[in-house]
Formats: sequence, structure tokens, C-alpha cells
Amino acid sequence: MGEITTKLLVLGGGPGGYVAGIRAGQHGIDTVLVEENRLGGTCLNVGCIPSKAMIHAAEAFHAAVLQAGDASPFGLSAGPPTLDFARTIAWKDGIVGRLNTGVASLLKRGGVKILRGRGRMVDGKTCLVETDTGPERVRAEHVILSPGSVPAALPHLPFGGRVISSTEALSLPRVPATMAVVGAGYIGLELGTAFAKLGAKVTVVEMAERILPAYDAELTRPVARRLGALGIDVLLGAKATGLSASGDALDVDVGGELRNIPAEVILVAVGRKARTHDLGLDRLDLDMSGPFIRIDERCATSMRNVWAVGDVTGEPMLAHRAMAQGEMVADLVAGRRRAFHKVAIPAVCFTDPEVVSAGLSPDDARTAGHEIRTALFPFAANGRAMTLGAEDGFVRVTARADNHLLLGIQAVGAGVSELAAGFGLALEMGARLEDIAGTIHAHPTLGEAFHEANLRALGEALHI
Amino acid sequence: MGFRIVKLPDIGEGVAEAEVSAWHVKVGDVVREDQPLADVMTDKATVEIPSPVSGTVAALGAEAGQMLAVGAELVRLEVEGGDSAPAAPPGSGVAVAPEVARAQDAAAGKPSAALVPAADGLEPAQPAPTPPSASAPKPAELPKPAPAKPAAPVAPRAAAAAPASGPPRPPGEKPIASPAVRRRALDAGIDLRQVRGTGPAGRIGHDDLDAFLDAPPEEAAPAPAGRAPRTAVEEIKVIGLRRRIAQRMADAKRRVAHFSYVEEVDVTALEELRASLNQRHGAIRPKLTLIPFLVQALVRALPDFPQMNAHYDDEAEVIHRHAGVHVGIATQTPSGLMVPVLRHAETRDLWNAAAEVRRLAEAARNGLAARDELSGSTITITSLGALGGIVTTPVINRPEVAIIGVNKQVMRPVWRDGAFVPRLTMNLSASFDHRVVDGYDAALFVQALKALLETPAMLFMEA
Repeated sequence: MGEITTKLLVLGGGPGGYVAGIRAGQHGIDTVLVEENRLGGTCLNVGCIPSKAMIHAAEAFHAAVLQAGDASPFGLSAGPPTLDFARTIAWKDGIVGRLNTGVASLLKRGGVKILRGRGRMVDGKTCLVETDTGPERVRAEHVILSPGSVPAALPHLPFGGRVISSTEALSLPRVPATMAVVGAGYIGLELGTAFAKLGAKVTVVEMAERILPAYDAELTRPVARRLGALGIDVLLGAKATGLSASGDALDVDVGGELRNIPAEVILVAVGRKARTHDLGLDRLDLDMSGPFIRIDERCATSMRNVWAVGDVTGEPMLAHRAMAQGEMVADLVAGRRRAFHKVAIPAVCFTDPEVVSAGLSPDDARTAGHEIRTALFPFAANGRAMTLGAEDGFVRVTARADNHLLLGIQAVGAGVSELAAGFGLALEMGARLEDIAGTIHAHPTLGEAFHEANLRALGEALHI
Repeated sequence: MGFRIVKLPDIGEGVAEAEVSAWHVKVGDVVREDQPLADVMTDKATVEIPSPVSGTVAALGAEAGQMLAVGAELVRLEVEGGDSAPAAPPGSGVAVAPEVARAQDAAAGKPSAALVPAADGLEPAQPAPTPPSASAPKPAELPKPAPAKPAAPVAPRAAAAAPASGPPRPPGEKPIASPAVRRRALDAGIDLRQVRGTGPAGRIGHDDLDAFLDAPPEEAAPAPAGRAPRTAVEEIKVIGLRRRIAQRMADAKRRVAHFSYVEEVDVTALEELRASLNQRHGAIRPKLTLIPFLVQALVRALPDFPQMNAHYDDEAEVIHRHAGVHVGIATQTPSGLMVPVLRHAETRDLWNAAAEVRRLAEAARNGLAARDELSGSTITITSLGALGGIVTTPVINRPEVAIIGVNKQVMRPVWRDGAFVPRLTMNLSASFDHRVVDGYDAALFVQALKALLETPAMLFMEA
């Protein structure tokens, strides 16, 4: 058995782990990163990146279909499109592959040793890695746990056969004729919408009374409208009870009424759970916070020099949170003083239209005890949105009534994901309504709606 | 128009000077004849000085708390029609700045004494008070108007929108700062919750961090938690009764060779007796406390221990043993400790002693105790009732030589006749002047008290 001694061991090469590795390399820290699959984790391989590729392809195909049907508002018409789905998947895989290579070279440049294989912790300083060439024992002064998360399964609808998770949905051999999506969170809606645009008959089953239950009703209403326009059936207050007896449909209980939804593919997207079961974490004396590893504001666990970042530490399970945590912990290991004092972790749903939320919603702010001032500016009054044919949606701001400090910014509309940068910056810099109102926003852009929402909150809106 | 000078009268105790303990008037007040001008305190008593005429107060002769010689100018009044008294030349009196009046308010018992702004930048915007006329002596203890450390960051902050004093932000509010400022703070080991933000909405900028870092170390040192340090210092003048108490206590501790002796007393029977007496007579007679019983015990025991009921004049080196038992009862009053005296306790029965103790305590608390009711005790009792604690080390009421402290009553398991039984017990903590009282005698004396209190019938037996 090989023995490796290092200063830092990173267990898991997803966004949290690989960013920690890159930064540790920049600090000149002797680092070993253990990854059993491909670098980049869920995000790069079976999450953010491939799903966005699929969404883009689906949208392009859907636009072409509309043009063939003479539905183009500006008079474009073309013949009926065809889609070589195998090439779509290959294109998506190509993007993922390039990014995998990119991550590996970034790590290599930083002098990080990548150990391929499944790692299991033996104690707080030792990890046993099963590599292709035999087991390796890694001893490290510091350990960063970044094992990530896995799709949550439903007990009465276990994965297998036509019951799939988001991972399999990104590599289907062809577009299914019918698809049932269990869970109207952002993963289910993003993929369900994409497959509907690719031609599948999609039914979404959600237990809550509305879609995207993590977001407020005002924000999600344009998405609900669009789902209807795309012909997606959305069953709310509905519980998927299992595969039908025939095995080719999903049994659903809709408020006491039993329904049978034929589905070639059943996508279960009911959230993700921390990956804590198969890495020897039970041999460590880690305090847990529910199903997650408990961390403090420095991502320190209950064991000295054992750190945890990313999905394994809980919500929000977002790649950019994990990256920020990983970067911070590498700085800490290098002896810097750091703490995770972020004002906002923006979240984006690449639904149609897209949804962005940074900071508090008006209801959250009121619940937190703030006296607030809130305003929204609709894209219907934004010139750029009109030229894009995407007038549904708005930008909404919430600020403290007393000093006008921005507390939260949300938007829904086509392409608003790119506004997230400005929203995060405004909150992180401690901007007040007047700061945004006093900043020139380029015309004609969707960002003007952000400017106008701030003006409106001050009672000074110009274009409404 | 003319002036009438009111001098400090001879208040009849052969004293050469007295303390102006409180002013009832300030400069500019219109006073009527017989209206009180000031309280003047001598050794024990406080005397009110009334105005002899009607007029307007032109000047005060002293600050509250100052000693003033008999015959010195107390108040100068501006009166109608002119008076024989010539106007005093400038500088002979005390011109009174507004601060003097404020200090008098404080001395007159108003709760807020002057705060010193220098230490923590409180009230930085307060205008400098108009100084008294150049020739007038400046009162020594005026609050200084300007911060002592002008280089402190308090000064530039005062100009900003955020309030410059008090905690940087209300409790629970998170500091607002850009990520760059946050990182700088972390690198420098600064807790941003301690840093005042002068930007919009209280945002902390690089300038605020610079100011925080430039502050003197004692101010910059970050507290371990998010609590703002309390830096105000309240200045309270030690005047009047408090000054008198301070002097007497210091004298007693400096001159008397104290020793304390503590003994446990079983008061079960005594308490039963007291409860049944109160029950029987409670409606018509004053409620009995423990004190009158202890007084009775002293009256019984002291004839056998005459050295305890004595005054020791240590300057003349003479001990005066008193036949009469005059018991001082230490009493907490709003202005401090007073010791009214139960005179000739040996002539009083239980009920009479109880009524007199009660009357004296009330008189002392209301400031109505006469001078002779506050002097002449030969031995003192100090009791805090339920607050009496386990043991106290009472300070002797000089020139007395003994003081009996009463501690709280506690139900305790007591070993008696082969079993633990619940008994109500209480400690007596007595202090003696070891210069003239031997430990052996003190022990015998306390044991005698214990025997009397444990068998209360003995208190009422004629020997």
C-alpha cells in the first residue's frame, strides 16, 4: 500500500473541492485531491453545465418549430426542423469534457496531486483511497470534506428502469414521447421545460400548491403561465404514489382523485441529499446538523483541521456557494483570517422565463422584522425586452424603509440570469436605493428595469 | 437697588464652620422672606437657612458641598431700595456660571450627576459653557466641555451623519461593508461590529477602518463579543451625609482595633414568642421585630459587662462607662446610613421599645430626626433582616466600643438528643474595640446574649 503525506487533503473534486485545490496550490500548499469520478462534480458533469446545454438546444429547436409553424412575430419562416438528439448529447458531452480538462489543468498548474479513486476517511487525518493501481493511504494535516450530494429518491418510486434522476435525464438516448416529472422545483422545471420544447408530452407533479415553492408566488407566476403555454400539464397538490401496475405510467393522487399518467420516462427531481454515507465519515467525530455536516462561519467542523464545504454542509446547495467556501478554506489553511460573511448567495432558475433571487424577498424581509419599501418594474415597459419578444416578467427590489439599504432583489424574465451579477454586487456592497438609482444603466438593456425598480421604490420612476 | 448679604449664621453648636449641603435657590431666582435658601450641615444636624428679606439671588457664596465659615457670605441678594451693605468688590464672591447651578441640582438629590464627556466623547456637540467672569475663581470640579483627546477618531466622526457617540449601531444590526473592507478587517483582526460606519446607511468604508485602526489601543481593542463597551464615567460629589459617613467610617477603621466574633443562636423559641405576641396584639400594637427583643437582651446583659456599654475617648485616654443603655439602631435612609438612638432602653418595655425604634427609623428616613435623636448612643445594633447574610463584620460606631450585627434567620437541621431536628437559627456578628475590650470578655458577653435569646422567658424575669 502506498503512503502519501501531505499538508492538505481534499476529498471530492466538485466546485467546492477543486476551487479549494486551485487556491491551495496558489498558496504553495502541498495538496492532494481525491476524486473517484470526473473532476467538476455534479455541477460540471451532471448538473449546471450539461442542463444549460440541453436547455439551450431545446430552446433553439423550439424556436425553429415555431418558425416552421409561421408563428414568428417578425415574419421569419423556415421548414420544419429536425434534431439529431445523439449529436445534441454529444455536443453537450463535448462541453463537459472541455471543462473537465480545464479543471484538471488548473489543478495541475497549481501543483495539486489528483488521486483517482474512492476515498474513505479512516480518522480525521487519514484517508484510504482505492485507486486503479491499489490502495493509497493519504495522511494530511488538514482535510477538506467536499463530497457533494446525490439525487434524493422516493421510497415508493426507486430509481431504475424508466424512473430516472436528473443525471440520467441528461443522457437519454432519445427524446421520450411522454415524460412525468415528479417535483416542480427548479431542477424538475428546467428539465421538464427542455424536454417539452424538444417534443415530449410533459406532466409535472408537485405536492405543494404552486410551482417553485422555494420562491414567492409573484415571482413564479410568469413561469407558471409559460408552462401552460408550452402545453405542460402541472398537477399541484398532487402526490406521486408509484409506478402503475402495468409499469408504463405514474400513479398520482391529486387531492384524493387517482390519476394514471402514461410516461415513457419518470424524472424524480425532489431535491438532493448530502453525500455522507459511503466515505467513512461515520468514523469521524463530526457534529451533524440534521443530514448535513455542521460547520461554523469558517466552514470548520467539530474536528480540528477538518473542514467541510459545499452541498454536504446544507442549503443552499449551489455550486457558487461551494466555490466561495472552498476558496475561503484554502485561505484559512494558508493561515489567513477569513470568515464566510456573505450578504447574499444569488440563486438562478433556468426555467422559461428565468428566475433570479438575491437576498430577501419582501415577505422574508417583513418576517425578519424590517419595515420595508418594495417596488417592481415590469419588462413590458422595457424597450430591450420588447425587441427580444420577452415582455413577461419584472425586476423587484426590497429595501429598508428607514435607510433604504437594499435587502433583496428578484427578477423573472428571459435572460435575467445575467442580471444576477449586478444584483449580487449591489447587495454585497451595501447599496441603497439611491446608489442604484444614481447609477447610469446602459440603454437599451434589461438592466434598465433594475434601475427603474429602484427609482420606483423612491417614487421617482421615469418609464412607468 | 442694593445688595443684601446673607451670612452663614452661628447655628449654635460652637462650630466654626459648616457644610452647605444643598441649595434651594440659584442665581436669578426671586425669593420671598423666609423662603429657604440653603441646607447647612453641622456634625449631625442639617439646618435650613431662610431668607431674611425678599429679593433676587445675585450670587451664591459656596458650591454645594463646600465648607463655609460661620459669618462668611452665604448668599448675596439684590433687594429693592438699597441697603447699607455695599456691593462687594468684584472677585470677592463667587460668580456663578450655569454649571454651578447644575452641580447644585445634582447635589440637591436629582439623580443625574454631571457626566464627564472627556473619557468617551459623550456630548461632543455640547457648546462650551460661558466661562465665569475672568476674575472669578473657577469651580474646581466642573465638567470639561471639550474631549481631552482631540486626536481621537471621535472628533472627525462627529461631523458625519452617523451619531458619534454610543454603540456603533443598534444591537442586532449587521455591519454594512463592501467585501474589500470586510477582508481588510479580517486580515487586521478587527470585528466590524465594533467599527462605526460613517457612510450612507451606516456603511463602513476604508476611512472608517483607518479611523478605527488609528484610535488609541484601548479603544481599538476589539471586545470578544459583539457588545459595545460602556465607557461613560459618572462623577458624583461626596458631600453632605455621604461625606460625613465616609469620614466617620474611615476614622473608625483607622483608629479602632476591630475584631469580630460570630455565634449561632437558636431563635426557634424567640420566634414563636414573637409570632404569638404579634398575633395576639397585632391589631392594636406595633408589630414586633427582632430588634426590641435584642434590646431587652442587651439591657439584661450589659450590667454584667459594663465595659461594652462605653465610650472610649482615645485622645484623652479615658473610658466612659455608661449606666444608661442608649442603643443606636443603624438605619438605611435614602441619603445613606444614619444611626438614630433609642434612649434609656433600660426604662422601656418590649412594646415601648418597639414603638420607639419604629418612630426613630421613620423619622430618620424622612429626614425629620432631631439632632439629639442622632447622637449619644452607647452601643449599636445593625440588622439587615432577611438581607443579613451569614456573617458580617460591622464597623464600630466610634467612640462606642461594641456593635452587634444581626444576620438572617435560617431553618437548619440541628443535632439534638440523638436526632436532627429543624431549628430556626440566626448568627450574631459582633465587633469590639480590641484596644479596650478583651476577646474573653467579648465571648462571654455574646454567650450571655445567646443564652437570653434562646430562652426568651429570661428576658422578662426580674432578677
